[in-house]
Amino acid sequence: MRISFVRRDHASRPAMLLAPVVAFACAIVASVILFTALGKAPGQALYSLLLEPFLTWYNFSEVLLKMAPLLLIAQGLAIGFRANVFNIGAEGQLIIGAIAASALPVWYPQGDSALMLPAMLVMGAGAGMAWAAIAAMFRTRFNANEILVTLMLSLIAAQVLNYLLLGPWKDPHGFNFPQSVMFPDAALLPILLPGTRVNISLLFALVASVLAYVLMRHRFAGFQLLVGGLAPRAARYAGFSEARAIWLSLLLGGLAAGLAGAAEVAGPLGQLQRSVSLGYGYSAIIVAYLGGLNPLGIVVSAFVMSVIYIGGDNAMVSADLPVAAVWVFQGLLLCFYLAGLTFIRHRVSFSRKALP
Amino acid sequence: MAALLSLQAVSKRYGAVQANAGIDLVVDPGSIHAILGENGAGKSTLMKLIYGVESPDAGVMLWKGQPVNLASPAEARAHGIGMVFQHFSLFETLSVVQNIALIVPGKQADLARRIRALGAEFGLEVDPEAMVHALSVGERQRVEIIRCLLLNPELLILDEPTSVLPPQSVARLFETLRALQARGMAILFISHKLEEIKELCDTATILRGGRVSGRVDPRGHSAKDLATLMIGRAMPPPLPATAQDPGEAWLELAGLSYRNDDPFGVSLHDLSLQARSGEIVGIAGISGNGQQELAALISGEIAAQGAGLRMMGQGVGRLGVAARRRLGFAFVPEERLGRGAVPEMSLADNALLTAHRAGLVARGFIRRAPERAFTAAIITRYDVRTPGPEAEAAALSGGNLQKFIMGREMMLDPKLLLVSQPTWGVDIGAATEIRQRLIAMRNAGAAILVISEELEELFQICDRLHVLHKGHLSPSLPVAETNAEAVGAYMIGSAA
Amino acid sequence: MNAVDFILAGMLAAATPMLLAALGEMVVERSGVLNLGLEGMMALGAALGFITTYSTGSHALGFVVAALGGAALSLLFALIVLGFVANQVAAGLAIGILGTGLSSLFGKNFESLTIDGLPKLALPGLSDLPVVGVLFVQDAVVWATAVLALAIWAVMTHSKLGLIIRAVGENPHAARAIGFGVLRVRCGAIAFGGALAGIAGAYASTVYTPLWADGMIAGRGWIALALVVFGTWMTGRVVFGAVLFGALSLGELTTQAAGVNIPSQLLACVPYVVTILMLAVISSNRRRMRLNTIASLGQPFER
Repeated sequence: MRISFVRRDHASRPAMLLAPVVAFACAIVASVILFTALGKAPGQALYSLLLEPFLTWYNFSEVLLKMAPLLLIAQGLAIGFRANVFNIGAEGQLIIGAIAASALPVWYPQGDSALMLPAMLVMGAGAGMAWAAIAAMFRTRFNANEILVTLMLSLIAAQVLNYLLLGPWKDPHGFNFPQSVMFPDAALLPILLPGTRVNISLLFALVASVLAYVLMRHRFAGFQLLVGGLAPRAARYAGFSEARAIWLSLLLGGLAAGLAGAAEVAGPLGQLQRSVSLGYGYSAIIVAYLGGLNPLGIVVSAFVMSVIYIGGDNAMVSADLPVAAVWVFQGLLLCFYLAGLTFIRHRVSFSRKALP
Repeated sequence: MAALLSLQAVSKRYGAVQANAGIDLVVDPGSIHAILGENGAGKSTLMKLIYGVESPDAGVMLWKGQPVNLASPAEARAHGIGMVFQHFSLFETLSVVQNIALIVPGKQADLARRIRALGAEFGLEVDPEAMVHALSVGERQRVEIIRCLLLNPELLILDEPTSVLPPQSVARLFETLRALQARGMAILFISHKLEEIKELCDTATILRGGRVSGRVDPRGHSAKDLATLMIGRAMPPPLPATAQDPGEAWLELAGLSYRNDDPFGVSLHDLSLQARSGEIVGIAGISGNGQQELAALISGEIAAQGAGLRMMGQGVGRLGVAARRRLGFAFVPEERLGRGAVPEMSLADNALLTAHRAGLVARGFIRRAPERAFTAAIITRYDVRTPGPEAEAAALSGGNLQKFIMGREMMLDPKLLLVSQPTWGVDIGAATEIRQRLIAMRNAGAAILVISEELEELFQICDRLHVLHKGHLSPSLPVAETNAEAVGAYMIGSAA
Repeated sequence: MNAVDFILAGMLAAATPMLLAALGEMVVERSGVLNLGLEGMMALGAALGFITTYSTGSHALGFVVAALGGAALSLLFALIVLGFVANQVAAGLAIGILGTGLSSLFGKNFESLTIDGLPKLALPGLSDLPVVGVLFVQDAVVWATAVLALAIWAVMTHSKLGLIIRAVGENPHAARAIGFGVLRVRCGAIAFGGALAGIAGAYASTVYTPLWADGMIAGRGWIALALVVFGTWMTGRVVFGAVLFGALSLGELTTQAAGVNIPSQLLACVPYVVTILMLAVISSNRRRMRLNTIASLGQPFER
């Protein structure tokens, strides 16, 4: 008996929808086994991870709060991933965006201009783009692999943040904590749902999702990116510029991540902190893949991943699980999902060995 | 005399395709046995089963009367079966002797000595220390054959060995094969070329649609009989050749050169040619002599250095692919999946690939209705057998996909059409159709440049020929005034 | 000890984690597979190695467990990309995140604990040389790594196994046609690369800086990936690159010790900046990249 994958003539829609669901179930099973092995109570962990986020309005609103940056960044990254441009440095673009947006309130802590907030958002988005543009330049000009360059730029961004918060931007009255001054009200995003911390950045993310959908489904520019990702030689044959695809992918990814960074400091944080990101830039990669790199799917996967984030916070308290458990879960989820993806274009075939 | 190899009711299926169905085959020792069939008849699959690359789903294989179950090529070689692949199984970044050391035991120094000795004995000279990427296609074939011979096989399988050789070299290969036969070696010779089989082989098993359609002694049959067995009906008649008065030159190469930075590629030297409205110009030559580079230079996929390339009367050296297409240029590349079409995309989206200027895009938005209508028109007009515009390109057979791509490019009504290897891997019916389309287009006033390895095809459809050899182009040879031998001399670079 | 002595004495040890990981990855990539999960496999190896050595007192056992851990994680990667024909970039990232997560999960209760490193062994004769003598006083793992690098070079260039790995990486379909198990060769290479990455991590956490701190690999897995490109998949050049980076990372400490007034966070960026620049320098030579790049790198193999 031989088990092998046989290519299907058509992508299977059922498999496309089932893959993330099955992957999710497998990741839960694997996590339960792992948590049990580590001596944690798996029931309590699962309860905290998956149910508690829905049990109180406050918890649920926190899910929506987390969803904004994850969704925004993932939409930006997915565009590039479909074009085979692998920007894995959204973390750095987010940090640089947050830094750039913080410059105004740090320099004018008493500022009350109505232009402050829009200017911060523009600076954040612009800085994120600029940071990603470095990678685009190195890739198009010097052929340097964008995966490694964007990742290195993330590590650099983290050090720049440390430098600013330990040095020139440290709040002089902040008891020596590595954080900036608290921002004035004029530098904060309006709250979307009264009584929660959810701000209008969730709207940015939803608008970005619609725009991403239109780009990838209806715009010729999006089609060109898809061709470049699926068959680079076909793109060259048709005259679709590779450099343009690289620039577009990286700039859009950087823009989304930079804007998300600005929205974090102008939103729930209200200041620049070392923990400005909590790994959103990396999680967004998983969100993008789990959503099938499809703008609509990503909305769902961003929501699910936010639940895991909030659930992980809960589990830290109630089930004594370290934060890392969330990363382990995310890693497992992506592993299972990638395996599951195979069934979209392949079916399993069991064949007998030939008789002698 | 006991059979060396015999297959009984062997079958193999790939997904929806029944590649081989109930094949019976008997190969006698010391015979040169032809496996004849057109593209897609199942010849290559059958050879992979015999060489242990694939396992059959059903059936029995007997080697010297004993049932064998070959799980791998290594087992086949251990039994005494060797195979020369059509698209060689050599590694470009390794040297000749390293390639051979991969499957032949022994020290590399010893192997090098034996390679030289065998080469001298059978007319297969090759430098053991040369890197494979620096070898011509013919030399690579010699390496493949030597690699088999070093293992002293009793059965040697050659998959379409003459498709990569100029006429003169074919004669030399046949001498080698007869010398091997004289030593008692049996040879399985796979081909779709009837005359060669009549000349070389003593037995022929003919495949059609994955089944055996005949077993004959080819020396006692006419090419017409063999063709009927091969395609199930008479060969299509040759195409009517009607001379046209050519018009304006829509493609001009004047001393075009290209220095290739790719160490595995070919540089082009001082190429000059013209393709005028109302004529088909052919580029003959063995693949790997600069064909890919020439096509990419004309299409704009690689940028030409300096002037010397004009299209529709204007210099296009600085224009990109899209700009050249706007002038009325269209191109059918030799690789269909992955270049001419995106395998995972629907035919409709594949129409959009190059036909977007035919009103399929408005203000940057894709117009789905015209896209579908355009695709449906290609499908009906060019007789593409497919469920519809939503079918994925990868699901089409080679011939149907080629008709689709050809149709897409022709529907753009180009002034200048470049076609590379128009009938590679295409069955005879589709190939004939494609050639007729090209001629009809020429008659309608297009300039057509055809790059092809099939000399017969070029003689059928072209008005003039050039031969590309090692990046150099021969002078223009009017088809009416030349013949295969003269062209062959240019193909090996021995013409005066 | 002056700055030059300091760098000469320490650069080989500083290079060792990156070198071990890069050598393993080089073999993996030579077979045609891109495993971006190096950082995660190193982190897992670092955590497992530290925990084992801390608990048993045996460095050797720590290395064994780390190698097994790295190999196990890499085999999960192999299952996904070879068995399920998944996108190698995405799978590598998943493995990286998983490994990093597992390392902090396992290492949680060992945070900031320390152990003893390994003693330095002097190479008699050479270690007495003036100036460069300090190069020849190293711990056992550095010596073993040097031997390993030599062995990998010999295997890749002069053995049939090396030929097979290169053949599979250049043209897996041809390799299969003449009878080599492409998936088997690649799986073996991946497991080898995973084991070396695990050992590399364990060296960082049990010998080089013998303590456990979450996130201690700090991008060295990614630098190792860059080193493979820098070395254009050739052993000697990868070794050279790794030693260069080792020296560079010590330069940071030396500058600080010398009292030069540059913020340490900015100095910490130097290796990352240099990585980007050297990638640019190497990659911009397209001809050389084409000559050395593994033709099937990152492409899934299907029959």
